Amino acid sequence: MNAIKNLNKTTRNNFLTYGAVVLAYAVVQLLMGSLSSSLKGMLVPICAYVVMALSLNLTVGVLGELSLGHAGFMSVGAFSGVTAAMALQELIPFAPLRLTVSMLIGAVFAGIAGFLIGIPVLRLNGDYLAIVTLAFGEIIKSIINNLYLGLDGKGLHFSLLTDRTALDEDGLLIIGGPMGIGGIQRLSTFTAGFVLVMLSLFIIFNLVNSRTGRAIMAVRDNSIAAESIGINITKYKLIAFVTSAALAGAAGTLFAMNYTTIVANKFDFNASILILVFVVLGGLGNMFGSIVAAAALTILPEALREFDDYRMLVYAIVLILVMLATNNPAIQGFFARLRGARKGAAEQ
Amino acid sequence: MTFLSYLINGLSLGSIYAIIALGYTMVYGIAKMLNFAHGDVIMVGAYICFYAVSAYQLPPPVGILLAMVVCTVLGMVIERLAYKPLRQATSLAVLITAIGVSYFLQNSALLLWSSTTKIFPNFFVIPRGAETSTGFSLFDGQLNISYVTVVTVLACLVIMLALTWFTGNTRMGKAMRACSEDKGAAQLMGINVDTTISVTFAIGSALAAIAGVLLCSAYPTLSPTTGSMPGIKAFTAAVFGGIGSIPGALLGGLLLGVIEILAGAYIGTQLQNAVVFAVLIVVLLVKPAGLLGRQIREKV
Repeated sequence: MNAIKNLNKTTRNNFLTYGAVVLAYAVVQLLMGSLSSSLKGMLVPICAYVVMALSLNLTVGVLGELSLGHAGFMSVGAFSGVTAAMALQELIPFAPLRLTVSMLIGAVFAGIAGFLIGIPVLRLNGDYLAIVTLAFGEIIKSIINNLYLGLDGKGLHFSLLTDRTALDEDGLLIIGGPMGIGGIQRLSTFTAGFVLVMLSLFIIFNLVNSRTGRAIMAVRDNSIAAESIGINITKYKLIAFVTSAALAGAAGTLFAMNYTTIVANKFDFNASILILVFVVLGGLGNMFGSIVAAAALTILPEALREFDDYRMLVYAIVLILVMLATNNPAIQGFFARLRGARKGAAEQ
Repeated sequence: MTFLSYLINGLSLGSIYAIIALGYTMVYGIAKMLNFAHGDVIMVGAYICFYAVSAYQLPPPVGILLAMVVCTVLGMVIERLAYKPLRQATSLAVLITAIGVSYFLQNSALLLWSSTTKIFPNFFVIPRGAETSTGFSLFDGQLNISYVTVVTVLACLVIMLALTWFTGNTRMGKAMRACSEDKGAAQLMGINVDTTISVTFAIGSALAAIAGVLLCSAYPTLSPTTGSMPGIKAFTAAVFGGIGSIPGALLGGLLLGVIEILAGAYIGTQLQNAVVFAVLIVVLLVKPAGLLGRQIREKV
């Protein structure tokens, strides 16, 4: 017990977060038999959304730039990852390894997209940056919606707008424009999701608590001051942005491999907003908060099923009330006093 | 000639975007918040007008007026209940609340008016004997222009002139400009900031109602999500022209509308949105504060 107390506060919080995730995984595994099938079906999406929230928190909370197109990176990851999984079907017969390789490929492609988008985007700031990320999200959606990609003996073929892939007889059309990808093998498992969540946490915590992470936060707090002490703003912004995009790509692959079909319209502006809601409700820069918010808000519409038609209305009202309550000075003061009292008691 | 007709269609769509963008830009200029629920106020306005005319048999001008009144009240109520308590909160908290309001309006509409798409009637017709005419043609029938197009462009111009006069010459308009410049200083000069913000929301929402009716007259389908895509596009238009600037909203809206229609005609409707957003990105990279936005250099 003493050993835990002696750790510094950040390390202790990080270990508590890892612990909470492991505990949640263990509890769910124990209860697996008694879970309803609809809840069981949500386990992988919850993990994917948790990773999305964590990665967006890196951009919004740690880097301090509002991104409204995060689902675009998820989309890039989903489509490249699933394509890889289908192309590697014979080369890597062992499913978990194929899933891992696919997620890695999804992460790499999303990371490249993040790098290409990040160079122009990160020159802007504030609301202008937000609108450009929104624009890129929509562009990614439009392009994937019109992309045709097939595989045959000669290799990969692709075309835009219309199907001009001209595949051989034994060829397979993987991405079919607006139809998306069909016939996906559902490789994703809850355990894979859990591993990805832990890995994301590990990457983010280690990034944030490093020299690089401190530089990123310095850019967030005051970019002019950071620049004046020799921090290369563009470089650190890009590091955060690309890491965030790559994690989103891996989450996208995980998400897509949980369904038999996937279409680009699923990753639209509303999906980006949904993830942003997780991040803001969980608290900016607070990774544990992101995990809880993502899990709770993914389950909430399901839990509200008894309200039937009213459930999205209730969801909206809950969202507004939570935002009003958490920003109410009286309630904030109450929690501050509570925290103060606890600290006082600990010191005595 | 086909190019000219695309151009006219683009100007018409752009005028609608401009009217919506005004609502975004005015609210942003004064309250410094992105009002994501604005697009859904458009949808509410269109529904009110639709039911007033088709279910209660009211004449269309009364329907439009009723929609404006309802939207004005709605806008002020939303501001009072959801945004005013967050005046001191971070801009992200306000943004999420606005998204909550947007979900709320969409789902209320879904419950009240069901998800079935309604076919919006075209009000802008002239009875000619037994038939009604929806437009006129020029150059021996080579160019057809509908009355909706004419009314939309005219409405946009009238609104723009009226607003420019309003912000330049009336007490309330000057108060608005003062608030957007410096809220604290405006308050010290005896300007009631809360009332000013309320009035801004009222004007923006009334304009949203007009835009809703015009939008649905030109593209006659109405469903609870009708407002969201035009809302995003109009917001883009506001940023395009320089957010906070009224002439910027007009310019941004018109350009966006024309680009969208031309891209749809010459490149393909599937990539229409991609082209629109790509142009936006290029413009913002060259002029980071939008076309008519003021570039404020940060001093240390």
